Order: sequence, then structure tokens, then C-alpha cells
Amino acid sequence: MLTHPLQKLLLAVCAILPLAAAAQSTALVSSEKDNTLTIVNLKAQKVEGTIATCKRPRHVQLTPDGKQVLVACGGDNAADVIDVATRKSVGRIPLGDNPEAFDISPDGKMLYVSNEDEGELTFIDIAAKKAVKEVKVGKEPEGVKVSPDGKTVYVTSEVASMVHVIDTATAKVAKNIAVGKRPRRMAFTPDGSELWVTNELGASVSILSTKDMKVIGTVKFAIKGAKQTDITPVGIVMSKDGKRAYVALGKANHVAFVDVAKREATQHVLAGKRAWNVSLNRDESQLYVVNGLSDDMTIIDVASAKASKTIPVGRVPYGAVLID
Amino acid sequence: MRLKRVVAATACALAIALAQAAVWNVTLIEQADNPQLDRARLERAYLGHPGGSAMPGLEMAIEEAQFELEAQKASVKIKSEPASTLDAARTAAQKAEKAGAHLLVVNLPAAWVAAIAPTVKVPVLNVGASSDALRERDCNANLYHLLPSERMRADALAQALVSRKWTNLLMLYGPSSEDTARSALAQAAIKRYGLKAVAVKAFKLSTDPRERALANLTLLTSNLNYDVVWVVDSEGEFARSLPYNTALPRPMVGDGGLVALAWQAQFERFGAPQVSRRFVKAAKRPMTAHDWAAWMGGKAVVAVAAATPKTDAASVHKALLAANLDGSKGVALQFRAWDRQLRQPMLLTDGQGVQGTMPLEGVMHPRNVLDTLGADEPEKLCKSNS
Repeated sequence: MLTHPLQKLLLAVCAILPLAAAAQSTALVSSEKDNTLTIVNLKAQKVEGTIATCKRPRHVQLTPDGKQVLVACGGDNAADVIDVATRKSVGRIPLGDNPEAFDISPDGKMLYVSNEDEGELTFIDIAAKKAVKEVKVGKEPEGVKVSPDGKTVYVTSEVASMVHVIDTATAKVAKNIAVGKRPRRMAFTPDGSELWVTNELGASVSILSTKDMKVIGTVKFAIKGAKQTDITPVGIVMSKDGKRAYVALGKANHVAFVDVAKREATQHVLAGKRAWNVSLNRDESQLYVVNGLSDDMTIIDVASAKASKTIPVGRVPYGAVLID
Repeated sequence: MRLKRVVAATACALAIALAQAAVWNVTLIEQADNPQLDRARLERAYLGHPGGSAMPGLEMAIEEAQFELEAQKASVKIKSEPASTLDAARTAAQKAEKAGAHLLVVNLPAAWVAAIAPTVKVPVLNVGASSDALRERDCNANLYHLLPSERMRADALAQALVSRKWTNLLMLYGPSSEDTARSALAQAAIKRYGLKAVAVKAFKLSTDPRERALANLTLLTSNLNYDVVWVVDSEGEFARSLPYNTALPRPMVGDGGLVALAWQAQFERFGAPQVSRRFVKAAKRPMTAHDWAAWMGGKAVVAVAAATPKTDAASVHKALLAANLDGSKGVALQFRAWDRQLRQPMLLTDGQGVQGTMPLEGVMHPRNVLDTLGADEPEKLCKSNS
């Protein structure tokens, strides 16, 4: 039947493509007050069960090889290591006092974690399960982001209202950049030239030039009918083509779709109460919004810019990680 | 010639150094032997009462701002001046100003603050007195308030009662003049929010059988129908004895039961646990509402240092009025232009946890819903506004 070479090629491509581009099948959602990760089947849009984890799980992230999920446990001063295949906890990595958020070096060897109480960024050697360096930063450090080349790590301090730029080789602060009030989370443009930082009490995003290490722009948010003080941006994620950013607006209960080039919001989509962290699936068809004050996760259909389903998860959900 | 050049060069270098490194001098004037800080009283830990000196809160704000201050090449020096009388406090304030203090932080009785503020030009940050008179009749253009006023506390409670539909109140108030004033404020808030006081009764701490009607909890609370008891007791002892001892099984608000405060150490949201934890670590005691006010006083100093290198009084006032402070209560806080009171959400607490925050969701205000708590601009209660 398959006589034409082009037909063969097309079929072969079709066979590979869905594998490569198919959206993830599952979300694991951390909930601060449940000590569990909720397993959400994203196709059936249903909760499948829970994974017992550590105390006060917060930031969740896949390792670069995609085999493990690391969970920052604020109450256990450690990361729980979840095996993606078996969906079970397989170990712990000490993370220092009250870890909140972290990022992993591109080679998967080093983990950089913010320690809320001490006001430190700690470098953790993942294989050795040991802290190797500590850098003093402003109080209540939160978001951590490693540059794509692994040479720089950025951390926000909620109290100092700054982004600290840290050289990973020397473990020294290269620059402190003042941003908006109470900075939280960050996302890079795909080329790594801009770092977008959400300001929870500034109702804005500060845009940093990573080359010049300074603020080059600001996105201000406003929603008709919402009080300005209720717009408290936290979670942020950027599309792969770098054209759009998705910013969770916290107490305003909306997610903003932001035109990156124009630096302005184009749409506001209603989510749950205190829309907190956001994740985009691989084919970028759906956005998952974790709602801290309504104990649920909203699934937003990106094309229509509408919430399609809300799924109850654990108590005080914090963030989601998507796995195959 | 040569000497002149050297002198000129030195002066220039000095001027540059000064421009680069602003040193902010802050003097904290506190009441020495403050009766509110007697050991026996501290041990009772009455809600809304101070837990100690304002210094640890103030220092905590400066300590945690090191990165911001470094970025501005600024530093803050705090000096402590205890004063046991009004006169001593006034002298200390004037001396501090002469010696180059750029801001004064006062943790003093309201009458002392009222007497001191007009005698200096530098901004005075009030972290210890909640009296409304200080924000109205006795307000002064250089006087800023970090601690919420009594009226803000009463408004927060009234909003809470509205939300719960606990409309009919029995009000009990104590014998001090402070209690009389606060009872009047509470009654005004009750009226503003459409609540009703079915009875307003004075109480007295006593075991004298002849004063039974004033002192007996059952007698005070029987033969009436009410949804809730609002007790005004600045001393604290009576209010503590009242819950579970009323004739009717009713909840209590005011100075016992549910209390409206600027801060509570068990508050869980907006990064509050980190703040309370830092405070305990530094001060070895739980963080009270007064400590929060002191901490915000320090934050106000930092906001000024971050905004301007100019240390003259006019520049400092300008920076204070433009400041947006983060008090870990979920929104940025500013000084109200009309009475320089820091607008802020209030926490409702029973002393064990936080039962709610005010303003109530759904309460409306044409500009800022936080201004439903306390004296609002159109009332023009503070005349000293330049």
C-alpha cells in the first residue's frame, strides 16, 4: 500500500512527532498543608491519587534527565526525590533551613536553593547530597533561576526587593538589582537575554537585561473592576517562541497573557482563588494554574483563553510539575 | 595658596564622601520604667499590650535592609534615649535633633508625644501610642503613626460583627478615662456599621459585695438579650476573666475574646511566619503588634534612605509620604496624607491564631478600602496638614 516514498516519510514523521511533541499526561501538584503530591491525570482531567512526600512541600521540579522530580520541603529542610517511573519517594537531599524554591544546573549536578529564614542561597551537590557553598542574600529569598549556560544564578529577595545576580563559579554576588516590591518568580526569554521578574506588591513584572544587569522595562497590570492592591503577581512562565508570557495575578484570581514584545497584557483569564504558580504543557495548548486559596488547579485552554476545568487538589496547593 | 588648595580639595573629597555615604541618624526615645512593661504584667501577655522595648523591631528592619542600604551607600545608626518624664523626653528629642538626628522614633505615652512633636522639625515616628487624639486634635505635620489608632481597631471589629450578623451588643467598659474614650470610639463604630448596643454598662474590678452590680460577671451580663459582648478594658484583667463567664453563652470581642490588632505572631500568610521567626530569634520573645509598629518604623527609615540621599527634614517628609512599605500583610502600605497614619489591614485574633483580617471583603470605599478603618480624609479631623 505504502508505495510512494513521500507517503512513507510522512507516516514515519507522524509516528515520531506525537511522541516528541505530545503534551505531558500527568501533573504532580504540591500542597503545603497536606504533605502530599496530588497526581492529576491530564487527559481524563481527574485526580488519580496522591504520593506521600515530605513536610510542607513547595517548589517541585523535574531533573534535567526527566527521571526524577525534586520537591522542596519547607518543614523537613530537605528535598524529597520522587522517581517518575514508579511515582515513589526514593530518597532525600538535605537543603538547609526552610527551603522554598530551587533550580538545577543544566548538567543536573548542582541545585541552588533559597533558604527563607537565613536569607541564603545554598549550592547543593546533588550526587554528594551535600551543601557546598552558601551565599548571603536579602531576607526571605524566593525565586531561583539558573541561566541557560549555567554560569549565573538569579535569586529574588522579597524583603530587599532585589534580584541578586550570583556567579556560580565563584559563588559571589556580581550585582544586586533593585526591582519592584516583593519580587517572587522569574522566567527567561528563550534567548536568555531578558529575565522577567514578578513583583507581588508592585502589581508588575520587572524586565532585566541579563547582559547589562539592569532593569530595562516594566509590565504594569490592571484589571477592570479589580482593585490595584489585589493584583499580586507571582507565577510566571514563557512560551517557547518567546512571544508570550503567562503571569498568575494572585489575589486578582486571574492569569494575564502578556505580549512579550509589546510588554503589555493582551488577555486576562479567570482562574481560582489566589492564582499562584503556573505551568505550560509541552505543546503549549494548556496552562495549569495552581490556586492557593481555593485548593484547586485550573486548566486553561490557551487557544480560546478560557478556563476549561477546575480540579480539586490538596490543601494550600503551591506548584505543579508535568510528567509524561 | 597651597594650603587653600589642600583645604579646598579636602572639602571637596569630604563633600563627595558625604554625598556618597549618607549616614542616617535615628534616635529612639522610650519611656523608662514603663509600667506596661512590669514583669508581672508582661507575664500575663494581654492582647494588644506591648511586649518590651521598640528597639528589637527597629533594629530588625535595619538589619534586614542591609542590601538596600548598601545599594544606596547609606547606613542607619540608631541611638536609644530612655526618658522617665515628659520633660526629659522633650529635652531628649530637642537634643537629638540638635545633635543631627534625621528622624525620631517615639515609644511614649500619647500626651508626651503630643507635647514633643511640635518642638522639633524632624519627622517623629510614633510606634507606641494608639490614641486617636494624637491623629486628630493633637496631630502635627511632622508626626507619623505606625501603630493603628484605636478607631482603626474598633472599625475592624465592627466590620467583623457585620460579617457575622452579630448585630446586638452588650458593651462593658472600664473605669479609666482611656476606657471612656475608647468606649465612645467603639460606640461610634457600632453606629457607623448599623449595629446596636442594647446596653452600655460600666464595670469595676472588685469583690466588695456592695459593688456587685458593677463587678459580678453574671449580674453584668444577665437580663438582657445580645449576640455578643464588646468589652473595653485597657488594663486587661477584667476582659481576660469574662469569656465563658457570661450569663448567656455568647462570644466576646474588644479587649478579650476576639481582638483587632496590627500583628499576631501566629499569622500564617504573606511571609508573616518568617518575620515572627526572625523577631523571636533576635528579641527572645514573641512579636507583638507594638513590635510590628516598631519594625515598620525601621522600614519607614529604610524607605527614606532608599529614596533619597538628602537628609534635610523637607526631603525626609517627602520621602515618607511617598513610601510604600511592605509589612507582610499582603498589600503595600502608605501613610495617609491627611493624618500621616499608616493605612493597613488589621488582624483579628483570640491570641492563639488569626481568625480573620479586615477590611472585610466586600466593604466599599471610593479610593482605598483600607481607609474604611480609621479617620477618613473628608472628616478633616487633623487640621495640621502642611
